[in-house]
Amino acid sequence: MSKMRVLVGTHKGAFILSSDGKRKNWEVSEPLFAGWEIYHMKGSPADPNRIYASQTSGWFGQIIQRSSDGGKTWETPGGEKMPAPGEFPSGASNKFVYDTSEETGKPLTTHQWYDGTQHPWEFKRVWHLEPSLTDPDTVYAGVEDAALFKSTDGAHSWQELAGLRGHGTGPKWSPGAGGMGLHSILLDAKNPQRMYVAISAAGAFRTDDGGKTWKPINRGLKSNYIPNPEAEVGHCVHHIALHQSRPDTVFMQKHWDVMRTDNAGDQWREVSGNLPTDFGFVIDVHAHEPETIYVVPIKSDGHHFPIDGKLHVYRSRTGGNEWEALTKGLPQRDCYVNVLRDAMAVDSLDPCGIYFGTTGGQVYCSSDAGDTWQPIAENLPAVFSVEVQTLP
Amino acid sequence: MIRVVLPAHLRTLAKVDGEVQVDVTGPVTTRSVLDALEANYPVLRGTIRDHVTLQRRAFLRYFVCSEDWSLESPDAPLPDAIASGAEPFYVIGAIAGG
Repeated sequence: MSKMRVLVGTHKGAFILSSDGKRKNWEVSEPLFAGWEIYHMKGSPADPNRIYASQTSGWFGQIIQRSSDGGKTWETPGGEKMPAPGEFPSGASNKFVYDTSEETGKPLTTHQWYDGTQHPWEFKRVWHLEPSLTDPDTVYAGVEDAALFKSTDGAHSWQELAGLRGHGTGPKWSPGAGGMGLHSILLDAKNPQRMYVAISAAGAFRTDDGGKTWKPINRGLKSNYIPNPEAEVGHCVHHIALHQSRPDTVFMQKHWDVMRTDNAGDQWREVSGNLPTDFGFVIDVHAHEPETIYVVPIKSDGHHFPIDGKLHVYRSRTGGNEWEALTKGLPQRDCYVNVLRDAMAVDSLDPCGIYFGTTGGQVYCSSDAGDTWQPIAENLPAVFSVEVQTLP
Repeated sequence: MIRVVLPAHLRTLAKVDGEVQVDVTGPVTTRSVLDALEANYPVLRGTIRDHVTLQRRAFLRYFVCSEDWSLESPDAPLPDAIASGAEPFYVIGAIAGG
């Protein structure tokens, strides 16, 4: 029988939740990296024992943790003792330095600040780690201030894919209320040269040459809170998701509006349909049904909690527009939590399991594609991220 | 031998208990103490000072012989009590954030 490993990043540490394939009885680990913010933790599809974690702190900055044994032990690549004299020193896994060289991209040192002036690009933290689909030592990092970094040595060292910031619209990017973070990275299993990223509050971008060059893909988005609602960039995209069998179709939870594209972002259309509110953060796709998608509607950008104190997941089996509320097992009164952008995941069992975490410290699991839910952890610190590994 | 006291989270990160001790060759300054600390515990690089600018992180302070040394020049000689090991060099995390 399969085993499940749910990786939970929280405001005050990381937790690993474990179960067998029935997904009914769960064990919660002791806190890892206790006291630190764990923005994201994700396992390698090529080697599930390889897990990367973004550990961060307003006091002490960024740390990258890496496990090669499924989370039992952890190391900070490059953080070992200094080598003997004459040996080449290892990299520093927490060193993220923006590339402003003439050779690899146009030097770009400022972006738009809240008041419209230009502001220096300043590294703050890693929001999202996306391991390669094929190589356990290759991993991408989406960071604040928005940029994309890549490591090919197991996170020992990082190089910026500077063509993203340098493609031309960078000076127009501006932070959202939560900062200017690159939070979503989608890899295409059919086309290793293609990648999608999304940035708050700049929008979505695509590369078709492995990250050398990029272009904004925001046509069809409409954001009434910016001066030009249909601008090339400036949209507050909250999350994007795709099914690997159909990588030209991408789903998006924007600040407001649920969107989809069927031509790799060249044109988006709204599929909010009958949702009670189309504000939210998470969006994900069923593991076996590429037209079945999930969101958690949140009342508004001013409230950041569900409508009427009732926590609903909404599922569409038609790729959007027609949505059904999923409530069995979820609190239907006095619930005022949020579900943050990286806090939903799906497993690859059949029936597909759906997982999400809340700012109230609950992690919920549905082992029947959303029909019923159970809490699998209830009193964690505020949950930032949830990922799941389906293990043999 | 220079004694250094780290905040709890950095002790955990460096896998040490209590004070750490480092050797400094040449003048004993904030810079040379932190250089030696990071050489012995590379995992601390970037957590006290910025990787590139070597500027002190905003929510950390340095205390020396009960005085806030944070705004002194990193190349200013530290008191003899630090150089002799009679007093530790403190890296303190700000009490902030609620």
